[in-house]
Amino acid sequence: MAYVAVKGGEQAIDNAHAWLAEERRGDIATPALSVRQIEEQLGRSVDRVMAEGSLYDRELAALAIKQAQGDLIEAAFLLRAYRTTLPRFAHSVAVETGTMRIERRVSAIFKDLPGGQVLGPTYDYTHRLLDFSLLDDNAAVSECATAVANSDVMPRVPDILGDEGLLEADVVSSREPGDLTREPLTFPAARDVRLQALARGDEGFLLGLGYSTQRGYGGSHPFAGEIRMGEVSVEIEPAELGFSIDIGDLILTECQMVNQFTGSKTVPPQFTRGYGLVFGFGERKAMAMALVDRAMRASELGEDVTAPAQNVEFVLYHSDNIEATGFVEHLKLPHYVDFQSELQNVRRMRQEAAE
Amino acid sequence: MNDSVPRDQPTIGHPWPARRRWMSILARSTAERIDALLAGCRPVPAHTILRGPEVGLVMTRGRAGGGGAAFNLGEMTVTRCTVRTETGLAGHAYVAGRDTRRAELAALVDALMQDPDRAAEIEAAVIAPLAQDQARYTAERAAKAAATRVQFFAMQTMRT
Repeated sequence: MAYVAVKGGEQAIDNAHAWLAEERRGDIATPALSVRQIEEQLGRSVDRVMAEGSLYDRELAALAIKQAQGDLIEAAFLLRAYRTTLPRFAHSVAVETGTMRIERRVSAIFKDLPGGQVLGPTYDYTHRLLDFSLLDDNAAVSECATAVANSDVMPRVPDILGDEGLLEADVVSSREPGDLTREPLTFPAARDVRLQALARGDEGFLLGLGYSTQRGYGGSHPFAGEIRMGEVSVEIEPAELGFSIDIGDLILTECQMVNQFTGSKTVPPQFTRGYGLVFGFGERKAMAMALVDRAMRASELGEDVTAPAQNVEFVLYHSDNIEATGFVEHLKLPHYVDFQSELQNVRRMRQEAAE
Repeated sequence: MNDSVPRDQPTIGHPWPARRRWMSILARSTAERIDALLAGCRPVPAHTILRGPEVGLVMTRGRAGGGGAAFNLGEMTVTRCTVRTETGLAGHAYVAGRDTRRAELAALVDALMQDPDRAAEIEAAVIAPLAQDQARYTAERAAKAAATRVQFFAMQTMRT
């Protein structure tokens, strides 16, 4: 007994989708929301959908948000599905975050770092009180201040502390990085694959895991060495041209988490680092990613692997919300046959127990 | 003028820095703006499309720690196009996003810029204004960021 006839739902499904379209549109007395409005005015939702959908295209992300009625995981799912329809032309040269056109840059460990602390368009220091003036769609927005921008370079924190050997240095490698979109995840997973998984991982899941490391589950005494957000150029080297060209820009958020480390047999006491890099303005996600990246380096650094955030398999198998939603939500699909057999089992066991 | 082009990677040793520059500027311009600026030039030669315009993906990369081993960050949409003018010049474009018209115009202007008879005119009438637009945008964002730079005050101690 494998299948039962499952037919007859077509009309119900069509009608359900028609109702969904009507519900999505809402009260037609209210003007329809344009994709452009979402792109412009719900930018943080767009950023999150691009990051978790792993596809940088602001207009497509805004469209996905509209189509999904603002359900951001559903929207990320739509982007992931869409990307499978496109050919891949190239991979980029690794982006250079050191020369990012900075819109925000803060460090919690150096007050007077070169280039200074630049707050950018931040929610920090707001009082988290609802702003009822936004109920008025026509409320004027006052023009923001400008100042003369100096051309100070803004070195990354590792570039400042690294010279003394107090901070772990980056290890350059010419190895071609692994790609989760091409090869299935295998273990042990190297850091390149882990970072790719984290960059597209669910913000909520990584936030919870990062938080767990702060509360003692694999604690690593983090400091936010630096957070920077802004625009970087994307460069590719098309074979037919034989030289590198810019194809446009990405807005990225980068987090350098600096962690205490007492040293091991092979490594002297120094500060180690966790790294976060995400599409868009995603400070919370970048910070969580950096915490979890550092936690997953436990065995590499000779630390005991005891906590969930340090367990690479646990983190990587559960961080992708598209996979997670697929498996969790499949439970609502027909399991009539499975359940009938379970029902027979339970009936038989009860009968046997009663005899 | 060269300073107006956002440039993250060193261009020392680049075989064709001038072309790289105009392609970078075109990649960041809208179809409407390129079209409008071209309208102010002498007529452009007829061109045939050799490839595309087609939409695809570029896998963007970062580096672990910012400077370490490369990793795949995520993909972005990109449109490419190759044209050939009746004067025999091939122009290429790879531009972020899915605007096919923009890719075609960028490829056409790339071809025109390679024509010694047209380069100066196109530079002045198309590339330079586009570069100015982009420099203005970058400067505006930088000026807003600069206004949010924290000015710390040295607190005088209260001890007497």
